[in-house]
Amino acid sequence: MPGLLNAAELEALADARRRGLEAANHWPEFAFGNPADEERIAAWDIDIGPDGVGLPPGRGSVERGETLYRLQCVQCHGLRGEGAEFEALAGRAPGDAFRFAEDRSTPITVGSYWPYATTLFDYIRRAMPQAAPGTLPPDDVYALTAFVLHLNDLLEPGETLDAASLTAIVMPSRDRFVRDDRRGGPEVR
Amino acid sequence: MQGRVPSPVGERSVFETPERVVRRLEPSSSSLTPLQYLQGVVTPADLHFERHHGGIPNIDPERYELLIHGMVERPTVFRLADLKRFPAESRLRFLECSGNGGSAYQSQGRRVDMSPQDMDGLTSTSEWTGVPLKLLFREVGALPEATWFLAEGMDAAVMTRSIPMDKAWDDAIVAYGQNGEPLRPEQGYPARLFLPGWEGNSSVKWLRRLELSDRPFMTREETSKYTDPLPGGKARMFSFTMDAKSLITFPTFPERLDGPGWWEIRGIAWTGRGRITRVEISTDGGTSWEDAELQEPVLPKCHVRFRKLWNWNGRAATLMSRATDETGYVQPTREELHRARGSYTRYHFNQIRPWRVERDGRVFFAG
Ligand code: HEC
Repeated sequence: MPGLLNAAELEALADARRRGLEAANHWPEFAFGNPADEERIAAWDIDIGPDGVGLPPGRGSVERGETLYRLQCVQCHGLRGEGAEFEALAGRAPGDAFRFAEDRSTPITVGSYWPYATTLFDYIRRAMPQAAPGTLPPDDVYALTAFVLHLNDLLEPGETLDAASLTAIVMPSRDRFVRDDRRGGPEVR
Repeated sequence: MQGRVPSPVGERSVFETPERVVRRLEPSSSSLTPLQYLQGVVTPADLHFERHHGGIPNIDPERYELLIHGMVERPTVFRLADLKRFPAESRLRFLECSGNGGSAYQSQGRRVDMSPQDMDGLTSTSEWTGVPLKLLFREVGALPEATWFLAEGMDAAVMTRSIPMDKAWDDAIVAYGQNGEPLRPEQGYPARLFLPGWEGNSSVKWLRRLELSDRPFMTREETSKYTDPLPGGKARMFSFTMDAKSLITFPTFPERLDGPGWWEIRGIAWTGRGRITRVEISTDGGTSWEDAELQEPVLPKCHVRFRKLWNWNGRAATLMSRATDETGYVQPTREELHRARGSYTRYHFNQIRPWRVERDGRVFFAG
């Protein structure tokens, strides 16, 4: 996974931390603010990691997702996720080619581009449907995630998603992503 | 005749009516700064560009809270008053959306009727005031194992980005001030993350939560969006830094020069990697270049105003500007960027922008 630091990067970060703390330690300890207890944190801590950390208990099937999708998502994303008023959610490139820099014919979708399926759960839960974000219970989010994955040929009819099965899904484009290698200097990257 | 009496809040002259160009009237949309209207480097707060994903929330500063948790010794909630009580710092810094200039790049010379605002209006400069993030992270006892943190907004999109910890230990701030007053609602009132020199989306507005972790979170905004497809079947992720860029803001479309003679070519340059060291101007389509004057002070990660006198002989001419930054990086041509990134890459469009001055004085984008 891009973003895990190698030994040299860890060392550079330790240096940055030392310098940052040294600068901060010119100030006294202020202790402003109030301690946050578990309940306070749980109320806001809704993020899901690519390793599935944060996924709530619950489950949802492709079929139940289709029912929910028709009620709450179709008008903006189209019956088969082909896009309507807003962006497409479904579509794969032939052979899962990843030619987005050279070619505009394949739309950028969950199936053609997204590296992690957990992102879909996280995003639907926090931001969709657009008029009422944050209202979907976990079972509905699992079902909608299952249906959108199905629209991308990544889940069969009859299948059900829960925390373990969602985390286990390997997206077609997972290994296409690399860390930024631009560093300034004369080379254009 | 006596003029108007003093008033509690001033207004522009009735003869001045600058406006942002609003892209679409939707919660997930943007508006663009009228760059050709501005002088110097500061963007008036009411003309600062906008980009948001769930509309502008209305947040009561009395009820505002920032939660910091995760890999810390003391999970803490800060009220706005707490944030303002810490030692503060104010810095002039640019902010630019990394999608800025995309239409110019992808139109590949076909669109000529674009003003600097239409093309590049997703960049602005303000004086930002706030509390250094390294101070907040020291206060909560950030653990040495923390390598990333999640920043989350409290708008309808509850927008999230993963940020490398070294930015926090360097120059990140939690900002609550903009050009001498509290942030504008469009800019994240009452408090936002501000990451100098980095793509605008990562400076999460209406900030409610920072969670420290030992890996990135792979949110939608750093996977589906804000990643750069490259030739050869790869895409770059976490491409935060804005590379050096310059832009002529006069003379440009829809301006018309009313005759040959002396004209001052004006524009702005900036880089997310420190200071701009040089801006060159060409008036012959890139054959020859001469240095423009950089107006002091030349601040790091801030728009810099450049000027160059030009004695126009009345013949058709193509004007270009080219910035160099302190790392030795030179602003590329469109062809150079195409070679490195392909025709349809999605962000970071810092190629040279040419302008064609016709014999009749009309000016068009020459892409
Ligand atoms: C009123 C229109 C509307 C409705 C209804 C709606 N969406 Fe969306 N959706 C949007 C918009 C607009 C965006 C892009 C938002 C942005 O970029 O900030 C979006 C983005 C998305 C994305 C991310 C796409 C990408 O490629 O990054 C997903 C996934 C998604 N919606 C799923 C859903 C699901 C599931 C539902 C039903 C529960 C739903 N949406 C209902 C308007 C809608």
